[in-house]
Amino acid sequence: MVDFPLLTAILLTPIWGILVLSVMPREADKTIKMISAVTMAIALGLTLYAYWAYDVSLGGLQYIENVPWIPELGVSYALGVDGISLPLLLLTMLIGFSTIFVSWNVEKRSKEFFIQLLLLIVGAVGTFVSQDLFIFLLFYELGIIPSYIMIVVWGSSERVSKEYAAMKLTIYLLLGSAFMLAGVIALYVNAFPAGMRTFSMQVLAQAHAVGNLSENVQIVTFLLLLLGFGSTLSMWPFYSWAPDGYAAAPTGVSMLHAGVLKKIGGYGLIRIGLLILPLGAKFWAPFIAFFAVVNVLYAAFVTIAQKDLKYIVGYSSISHIGYILLGFAALNVISIDGAIANMFAHGIMTALFFAMVGLVYEKTNTRQVQSLGGLAHQMPRVAVGFMLAGMSSLGLPGLAGFIPEFTSFLGAFKVYPLYTLLAISGIVFTALYILRVLANVLFGPRRVEFDTCRDASGVELVSLVLLGTILVVVGVFPQVLMGMVNSGMEPVMALLVKLHVTPALLGGVVQ
Amino acid sequence: MNIALLTSEIAVVILALLIIVFDLLMPRQEARRSLGYFAVCGLLGILVYTFNQHGISATVYHGFFVVDKLALFFKQLFIVATILTLLFSFDYIEGLTHNTGEFYALLLLSLVGMMLMASANDLLTVFVGLELMTIIFYILVGFDLRSSKSSEAGTKYLILGSAASAVLLYGMSWVYGFTGSIVLSQIAAQHNASPAMLLGLGLMIAGLCFKLSIAPFHMWAPDVYEGAPIPVTAMLAMASKAAGVVVLLRIFLVAFASLQAYWLMIVSLLAVLSMIVGIIVAIWQTNIKRMLAYSSIAQAGYIVSGLLAADAAGVKGMLFYAVLYMVANVGAFAVTTAVNNQYGSDQIDDLSGLSQKSPFLAVVMTISLLSMAGLPPMAGFIGKMYIFMAITDKGYFWVAMLGLIMSMVSVYYYMLVVKVMYSKEAKSEQEFTVSAPLRIVALISLIATLFIGIYPGPLADLANAAARSLW
Repeated sequence: MVDFPLLTAILLTPIWGILVLSVMPREADKTIKMISAVTMAIALGLTLYAYWAYDVSLGGLQYIENVPWIPELGVSYALGVDGISLPLLLLTMLIGFSTIFVSWNVEKRSKEFFIQLLLLIVGAVGTFVSQDLFIFLLFYELGIIPSYIMIVVWGSSERVSKEYAAMKLTIYLLLGSAFMLAGVIALYVNAFPAGMRTFSMQVLAQAHAVGNLSENVQIVTFLLLLLGFGSTLSMWPFYSWAPDGYAAAPTGVSMLHAGVLKKIGGYGLIRIGLLILPLGAKFWAPFIAFFAVVNVLYAAFVTIAQKDLKYIVGYSSISHIGYILLGFAALNVISIDGAIANMFAHGIMTALFFAMVGLVYEKTNTRQVQSLGGLAHQMPRVAVGFMLAGMSSLGLPGLAGFIPEFTSFLGAFKVYPLYTLLAISGIVFTALYILRVLANVLFGPRRVEFDTCRDASGVELVSLVLLGTILVVVGVFPQVLMGMVNSGMEPVMALLVKLHVTPALLGGVVQ
Repeated sequence: MNIALLTSEIAVVILALLIIVFDLLMPRQEARRSLGYFAVCGLLGILVYTFNQHGISATVYHGFFVVDKLALFFKQLFIVATILTLLFSFDYIEGLTHNTGEFYALLLLSLVGMMLMASANDLLTVFVGLELMTIIFYILVGFDLRSSKSSEAGTKYLILGSAASAVLLYGMSWVYGFTGSIVLSQIAAQHNASPAMLLGLGLMIAGLCFKLSIAPFHMWAPDVYEGAPIPVTAMLAMASKAAGVVVLLRIFLVAFASLQAYWLMIVSLLAVLSMIVGIIVAIWQTNIKRMLAYSSIAQAGYIVSGLLAADAAGVKGMLFYAVLYMVANVGAFAVTTAVNNQYGSDQIDDLSGLSQKSPFLAVVMTISLLSMAGLPPMAGFIGKMYIFMAITDKGYFWVAMLGLIMSMVSVYYYMLVVKVMYSKEAKSEQEFTVSAPLRIVALISLIATLFIGIYPGPLADLANAAARSLW
């Protein structure tokens, strides 16, 4: 098993799919979709195998591959996954697989659509499996340009024009990444003296321990990274691209963006921000905690006022990002465990939500809450999907959302009691808007105008069944997820404990 | 004296003369495309020959003319750029003029000027090479006699270019007057930092920045780029800029190495200004060539910022960037040529629906533009990383930061082009025809951009070796 380059295979499968698709004739609509589905099925299968075969008791990086790539810069094609990245990789594949079926009804220029969809997935996979910062960067922005094109060509203009939304998304994410790139350059140059420099995340993580990265450098660099990853993660105040972008994008793209690509920001904050720049993380943590609370409450309030289903899901997704950020900011193993698990649960939940909204839109041609109602009569299956996503979103025990949120609150309460209380109150607001939406859209008297709408069937059920099952399974057996995440955080514990007693500039003030 | 060192230059001159002779001997009505292929084949032969000079480091004419890895690197770059430009512009040139033979010959002679600049080791040779190149460009820019824009561009370029040359020459005369030498290494040996030297240095910076279209000496570029025939614009953007870079390298890092304290500040400001002006103004352009002109102003800023490192790592980044910039421009100009052949104009709107008419060309254009913007995994990203890492190392983090931000802003107007290609419907139903050589050039550009972006090792090694030959 050591000999088989599993991660490379996972990474190359969608790339291979892209190559095959690019030589297909444009008219071969069904074949193109079949090929995409098969590709993602293989990739998902390989990832499930990797998840299953990962030795949790051993922990640490597994399936390691390492090939020197640009020796003079210290870049190597280094792959590997641990308990932090493996759940996110699985998340990518689950959602990626679903998006193919969600997009099954795309008839217009389907070849280009599926090529770009696969590109988006490749970008996310690459960032999660690479253990080299340079390779990470190569994949980091891969999804942005295809997103732009997909929104402009296949998107929809409702509240804002799709061109506007697409450009906003692109500019926000790219400007964020400009700061992030600057941060990476600063990190690379300062971590080791010339001649010994490297982009290997493992080696860079040692730079702090040997005392090469002064506190000031860490603080500045972390800020730059925070600007970049924060805008990817739609952290307040860099969030405003997200709702417009999600609303304008075709369903598959919304699912991938809200479910997966956003999580790259959180992953980067942990993998690069925390592990390589712990002092920087400690300095900025109180600020992040504050932003997190603003995220939770502000976005929740905005959601309550929304009338468009996609905006509701979009803002609610931003609000939930606050929980993840708060878990990160508390900087202890329990809270970060919760944050990572929450990234997974939140991804599945949001993706399912967007898939259901997409189905409703496709069938009823409206996304406005007030013009919908009683859909459970005509579309019981869609109603089930909606309910599952909604309940997981408001943290109902027994679904995937509960345990991660609970865990991160548990960890965060010790550090930021006030912020945590405020964030917990966000659950109440979530319940308010989720229940209201569910009641207004799904229940109530039967409306005759929707009698012609058929319930989800055939391929449309794939995402519902797959993502819904995951929500329930992870909710009932949280250990499947938490055990994995915990094994990833175990090695970090020593760092965090030591960090806790390290004095930091302003570090004690806010606590 | 080892005249063999001059073989490649002599060969190009002979090739140009042969083309003129053949052009005269050929019957009037016969198509001149054979001459184009003849030029391409000849250049390919010369390109192969230049590999023979690898590893040589020698001078000729009392140290006026040097052949080293740096010179060779740039000569090969120029030759490749000329070959690719010729290949994608056969149809275009034939539609432009009957004097295609002359056109090819002139293009080759401008190539000689650039090659001379790459090897110039003294101020006078620099000037001669520069003038050889520029004067031929004056002619080429105005080559489209039916278009008043082309003539206007030619005249404008002639007047402004001559003024810049005069400024440059004036600066050189000050330097010569106060050091008593025109050979670069001897100027360096004087360690002269008198105000007169600084005046000379300042004048030379102004003159060279004009040739490189660095802001605020960039005003000529948009008009000239827009008016000139596309292959000429392409050569101006890629090759003549690279020729300016090699001169800049030798003059700043050899002759004025000891005056670093004075010019680093100026160069950093010029580079940053260039990035900002080029990118901000490009946003409002509606003509592809004009947009590429502003983009090239910004790109020149990026290349020149590598000078701030003043070491081999920075120079390596500059050389690397010059290559990837050439490759990306070949792609963009090839597509522009194809569109122009089809519709007879080069507005961004003409690209409408290109993704439906010719998906391949749309992809090439997208990838080329994004490479210029510096998005991974295209080559431009690696180039920017090399340069910015080198200058961050020397404490110019602010330049790197600004450069990265501006490069992301530049994505805005590149995306506008992409939007037109992908989301708008085509203007006419007629079939889009693309000639085989153009397709091949576009394919080469696409593959090279992606290859350099994903596996930059080989090119970086070459650039590194060339950069080290300066010290």
